[in-house]
Amino acid sequence: MDRLHQIAERFAAAAPACDYWTLRLVDEESDHLAVRQGVVEPSALGASLGAMVTLVVGGGVGYGATSDLSPAGLRAAADQALGWAARHAWLGLFDAAHYPRSALRADYHGPVAEPWEAMRLPDKLLLLQEANQALALDERIVDWSAWLAYRRVQQLLVTSDGGHITQVWTYVSPGLAAVANAGSQTQRRHGGGADWSQQGGLERISAAGLLADAPRVAEEAIALLTAPECPRDTRDLILTPGQMVLQIHESIGHPLELDRILGDERNYAGTSFVTPEMFGTYRYGSELLNVTFDPTVPGELVSGAADDDGTPSRREYLIRNGILERPLGGVLSQARSGLPGTANARACAWDRPPIDRMANINLEPGEGTLDALIARVERGILMDTNRSWSIDDSRNKFQFGCELGRLIVDGELKGLVRNPGYRGISAEFWRSLDGVGGPAAREVRGVQNCGKGEPNQSVYVGHATPPALFRSVAVFGGGE
Amino acid sequence: MNQDAFYSLSEQLCAGLRGDEHLFCSLDAESSDFVRLNRNRIRQAGAVRSAVLGLNLISGARQAEAACDLSGELEQDLTLARGLLARLRERLAHVPDDPYLNYSTEPSVSDCWVGETPPDAGAAVADLITAAAGLDLVGIWASGEISAGLASSIGHSHWHASTSFNLDWSAYLESDKAVKASYSGLTWEPGVLAGKLEAMRQGLAVMARPARVITPGRYRAYLAPAAVAELMGMLAWGGFDLKSHRTRQTPLLKLIRGERAFDPRVTIREEQDRGLTPVFTGDGFIQPGRVTLIDQGRFGHCLVDSRDAKEYGEPVNAAGGSPASVGLDPGELAPADVLARLDTGLWIGNLWYCNWSDPNDARVTGMTRFGTWWVEQGRIEAPVKVMRFDDSLYHLLGDRLEGLTTERDLLMDPQTYEGRSTESALLPGALVGGIELAL
Repeated sequence: MDRLHQIAERFAAAAPACDYWTLRLVDEESDHLAVRQGVVEPSALGASLGAMVTLVVGGGVGYGATSDLSPAGLRAAADQALGWAARHAWLGLFDAAHYPRSALRADYHGPVAEPWEAMRLPDKLLLLQEANQALALDERIVDWSAWLAYRRVQQLLVTSDGGHITQVWTYVSPGLAAVANAGSQTQRRHGGGADWSQQGGLERISAAGLLADAPRVAEEAIALLTAPECPRDTRDLILTPGQMVLQIHESIGHPLELDRILGDERNYAGTSFVTPEMFGTYRYGSELLNVTFDPTVPGELVSGAADDDGTPSRREYLIRNGILERPLGGVLSQARSGLPGTANARACAWDRPPIDRMANINLEPGEGTLDALIARVERGILMDTNRSWSIDDSRNKFQFGCELGRLIVDGELKGLVRNPGYRGISAEFWRSLDGVGGPAAREVRGVQNCGKGEPNQSVYVGHATPPALFRSVAVFGGGE
Repeated sequence: MNQDAFYSLSEQLCAGLRGDEHLFCSLDAESSDFVRLNRNRIRQAGAVRSAVLGLNLISGARQAEAACDLSGELEQDLTLARGLLARLRERLAHVPDDPYLNYSTEPSVSDCWVGETPPDAGAAVADLITAAAGLDLVGIWASGEISAGLASSIGHSHWHASTSFNLDWSAYLESDKAVKASYSGLTWEPGVLAGKLEAMRQGLAVMARPARVITPGRYRAYLAPAAVAELMGMLAWGGFDLKSHRTRQTPLLKLIRGERAFDPRVTIREEQDRGLTPVFTGDGFIQPGRVTLIDQGRFGHCLVDSRDAKEYGEPVNAAGGSPASVGLDPGELAPADVLARLDTGLWIGNLWYCNWSDPNDARVTGMTRFGTWWVEQGRIEAPVKVMRFDDSLYHLLGDRLEGLTTERDLLMDPQTYEGRSTESALLPGALVGGIELAL
């Protein structure tokens, strides 16, 4: 971080004449280790360092991003930003007077109990070999992998108003995958943390169960080969936290993004079935639906102090008792729309500008255990671990598939079913929510590949959620 | 970063190698302007200058990789890269021999430059906004230079640079009623833009008619080339790479087992000789001009990168497992006859957000989007509300395929996730006897 401070001081000392500027410096390091079929894959170290200069001048705003952090390099980036600010002042969608200004001074250092460096490389590879070997149960397992990914992001945002925000996020992400085959049927299972990302250090390895989970992952992949197809009809559905993450993400998180509602994303990620007049009155779901924007959950992927405009992060209700309250929009989108919002202007890296993104979007717990939800189902299916996702550009008509399904009959879990999927319409689906697990059943998870924006950006998004019960959902299985 | 600077950096890094070490250096650089548009005004505009150096250090049968951003200042970049090399050298002491290590041991050279001077982005965007007056236009302008390089201690020396623009946009009538267009190339021609905008205005006029609401079921359909591109994108997702075939994960498992086939009119190739992507791989191999992936409905050849080649004993023919320049052979359906042959059904301009519904049966789900019309007795009648399809490619490209158009569209990939894409697709439209709409 010292290096970033020095660069920022040099820039500030020779900052261009303008109404407002920000400098966002991002220093990332990464490592990726994997073992596949007993063979250590080539490891991959990563080091990225760059800056984005944003300038507001004469009613326009523009940015310049560069990996040349010399005074000349930053000056060139500022010149680019000035040029685009002038174009924006002439042809812009909004007056740059609306552009958010920050004087916030804040620090965030994500939780790390055991640093990545605390374990030697040979020990990490040994651990991966052991986990990988545990997946190779018999010849029906045709591919098997174990991996460890490390990423640390250090970011410094400084502004001409005196804003100074340092944030450090650390992620250690383990995972397992097993592929089973018999004839023309192939089934995959993931586990060991593959869909259970959080901030943290090496402690994430045991927390996610990298070693302990391997036999289950492989056994379930094999069992799915001979399981019957998921039935095609309408019945009750219980989604585990592993699939709830995706359901919340696609059919609550994205529709509430204010830039979609404002039309910015209509050419790419799409618009939203949510319109401005719905906030405050629209029944998004049943009384059990309580959804928050919550950057305060320890270890959740996007917990932090501020967004990339320098707006301080704080917890907000988006949906309370089923009623839509607030969209996901940063200060600029709030000014453009006249709606309240959240601190969610985020960029994926130094070379992309902030846009409205999800951060941590969580389903607040209800009551009881997963077993208690199952006991309330006479005829249904439990689905676990997302494998397929598709939703329309208004975020309404969705179809999702899972890796594993299990029938529920008279309040009890029964046999596996393969290729389970379900479809519905967001605006109706959440009204069928009839059970949300309690605090003990909640899991803090998220996704690492949320894509959006022009130019494109892929970011981490946190989702903490219990399992949930939905009534009368259209489900289906595989086959042509 | 320019070619000379990259080669100089690589040369000095290679000069510091020890013993039996080899080093492959790669470069991915771009100098791009991005202008985001909404309501035919600039939403967000800026410039990105980036350069990423890739390193693969090899010693005997061991290898380790690294990547870092370059500043463009030689001494500073050398210090950074040498630091990474030291870490890789330290790492090699702890990793086992890699049985699938595979790199070209023959020196080779290539040098390819596509395009010349890019259009002035600011002027072009101003042209666009003026020409599109009155339209609710939303989209992205991207332009500038994209460079890729490879240099090695063995004597590889490769460079591929292109200067281009890609304008990807749509025009909205209301809510989700919209038509889409793209204009990409090497030379900015306002006349071409004007033609595309005029076509959009005509499309919007049809879009203004009351939308037809259709129920789930099977419908005859014409898939325009942009819609076919989405299906090709699904096939690129595990359909062609050798590892997915050998580990039985390919969605074309039933095709390679001989249980299913595509229509004999379906021939799909990787057409590297289109020249828009680098001819070299990161390990110094030269890709063939063409690889036939699907040959008259039957599986042809897999794409084989260097690692898979070593693991499975096949020759290298690709930089990765998915095509970067896919081509679907044209058919015999004249574009002027499409509506008459469709008769009554759907004219689908774009598909979107596709995913495997059941990969074992090559079943894909996704949405219609943008210009999708209801056609009755050969005449476009009305726009259609977005619909979800869920159908197998063994039907859409197989037993329900009625024809492919004689004309093909060259579609430049507008994606910019890992920098501006240089991928492209050359595709006809497809007439199908039925597509299953599920929701």
